[in-house]
Amino acid sequence: MGKTLFDKIWDSHIVASRSGHPDAVYINTHFIHEVTSPQAFDGLRKRGVPVFRPAKTRATADHNVPTLDQHLPIKEALSRKQVEMLTANTAEFGVELYGLGHPYQGIVHVIGPELGITLPGMTIVCGDSHTSTHGAFGAVAFGIGTSEVEQVLATQCILQYKPKRMRITVNGQLKKGVVSKDIILYIISQITAAGGTGYFVEYAGEAIRSLSMEARMTICNMSIEMGARGGLIAPDDITFDYIKGREFAPKGEDWEKSLAYWKTLQTDADAVFDAELTFDAADIEPQITYGTNPGMGMGVTGNIPSLADIEEKEQLSFSKSLQYMDLQPGSQLLGKKVDYVFIGSCTNSRIEDLRMVAEFVKGKKKSDDVTVWIVPGSKQVEAQAIAEGIDKIFEAAGFQLRQPGCSACLAMNEDKIPAGKYCIATSNRNFEGRQGPNARTFLASPLTAAAAAITGKVADVRAMI
Amino acid sequence: MDKKFANLVSSVVPLPIENIDTDQIIPARFLKATTRDGFGENLFRDWRFGENNQPKADFVLNNDTYKGKVLVAGKNFGCGSSREHAAWALGDYGFKVVVSSFFADIFKNNALNNFILPVQVSEDFLQKIFRAVEKVPSAAIEVNLEEQFIEIKATGEKENFDINPYKKTCLLNGYDDIDYLLSLRGEIEAYETTRPFNF
Repeated sequence: MGKTLFDKIWDSHIVASRSGHPDAVYINTHFIHEVTSPQAFDGLRKRGVPVFRPAKTRATADHNVPTLDQHLPIKEALSRKQVEMLTANTAEFGVELYGLGHPYQGIVHVIGPELGITLPGMTIVCGDSHTSTHGAFGAVAFGIGTSEVEQVLATQCILQYKPKRMRITVNGQLKKGVVSKDIILYIISQITAAGGTGYFVEYAGEAIRSLSMEARMTICNMSIEMGARGGLIAPDDITFDYIKGREFAPKGEDWEKSLAYWKTLQTDADAVFDAELTFDAADIEPQITYGTNPGMGMGVTGNIPSLADIEEKEQLSFSKSLQYMDLQPGSQLLGKKVDYVFIGSCTNSRIEDLRMVAEFVKGKKKSDDVTVWIVPGSKQVEAQAIAEGIDKIFEAAGFQLRQPGCSACLAMNEDKIPAGKYCIATSNRNFEGRQGPNARTFLASPLTAAAAAITGKVADVRAMI
Repeated sequence: MDKKFANLVSSVVPLPIENIDTDQIIPARFLKATTRDGFGENLFRDWRFGENNQPKADFVLNNDTYKGKVLVAGKNFGCGSSREHAAWALGDYGFKVVVSSFFADIFKNNALNNFILPVQVSEDFLQKIFRAVEKVPSAAIEVNLEEQFIEIKATGEKENFDINPYKKTCLLNGYDDIDYLLSLRGEIEAYETTRPFNF
């Protein structure tokens, strides 16, 4: 029987598989950031062990950093301490750091791909659940906790049970105004925030194949929001063209050899998945979430479910969620006033996202009642946006182009949405308080977010293009 | 952190909410500490405290009727962010066991790595616990890791739970994964020689 792509990569990375023990899996690339690493370095010090393969770990500062005035010292004392500790730890243990001010600094899941560090066939981990992003290259990439960060630093391996395999096929072609963010929000709304738990997902089908690398990253990024360990897409010419020539990508003869291997990274025709789901791209409208987990989503013109549509034992959680959002069961979101628009995060902060927004808003102005934050994913994305004049388009529209970081996706820095306010966000989580205490989040695509920035309301972008 | 899990009989704290994500367990703005200690203070921060840090009377952790080392929560507990701080916060507050009908994968690993036992029960048994606690708030639960069962003491209702044998040994003996991985060094180095590229 054939093997799935996931099995091929996983199996070729098993260092030891002892009976009664989880697999010891070799990790090719380990990314770290300031929030989930200090306790791991501390653990190494207590055990008296070094970082085993320092060149296979790369660090950046992203979660905590301010997105204005990055040339100045960080004002908030605890954030500053955490970022300083990352600098000290990486220096002590010999790990490369792309810290604040470095031309490669940015959100960890944006910089790995753009620097050519993320490659097909790799195993990649990071103390961040959105590590699944890197799966877009045909890599096995997943988020881990800090104890596991310590395992990888100490041994370049991780102990893991092998997840089950799921394939999600999206057939057909997307309609006008519908983008990759809508595909993944749609899938999660169909299978719930727990629908992928225990699985590693492979995304397949014409609608996925036709996406650019950056659009594929958006899909894989949100695999965790359906509970999946990770998601991946088999590499193809779109993948190889994206990687070729990037800073750390293989060159010359190494490139040719690598390419020959990468072309074998496909699921065999007779491989069997533990679960198979199929969707049709034509059924997907621009999506928006109305609740407090990413599975609580719908088409932008849809109605929030009424209480009667919800299973009895789930009604308490559903009502609590709508109460937090101050929304009525059965009502529409179309036309709902929004206060903030956040375009950024490891889900949607890449140059194509910014270009998509710029193209849409060119010559338009934002609604007076809305604050719009555009937070590029990295210094390189920021530089590219400026080189293309996208910054000028944003300025003319009244949008603020800030500096790279995780920003209002998780509101660890000052970029918080005030209590009670509504924010339409291109990020990945609408949990209670995620964007600030009592802030209310609608997740959507960059296009749908841009439409809200112009109209000041939840709008159907299809009517505006 | 106690490195070793001891069987226990305890009253429980019921939290019958589904999809409790790690942002609720410990909001991001409290992740700035650089040690593992003290996170219990901010466990369920925004459900537990209102503006001006006033305890919210209607939240279960602020209700003296419910105490114990066992948290019982609705399905898909611990979804969302990979932050191990969620497990640290639960442990620091004093929880040794979390019972739910379904756990998110990363949280489950993080809990086990911190010697907190995630006990996955059937939806039916979960509802039985909630009903028992509704009837008698001090209702005791026994959690026995050696024999892998959970029992509602008042009614004698009992269910077995699964745990990987390796993790069970780790919990009962206070071993951690790094001890084991460090012992594999020779095999790791041998593996590296078989791979011409870093993938």
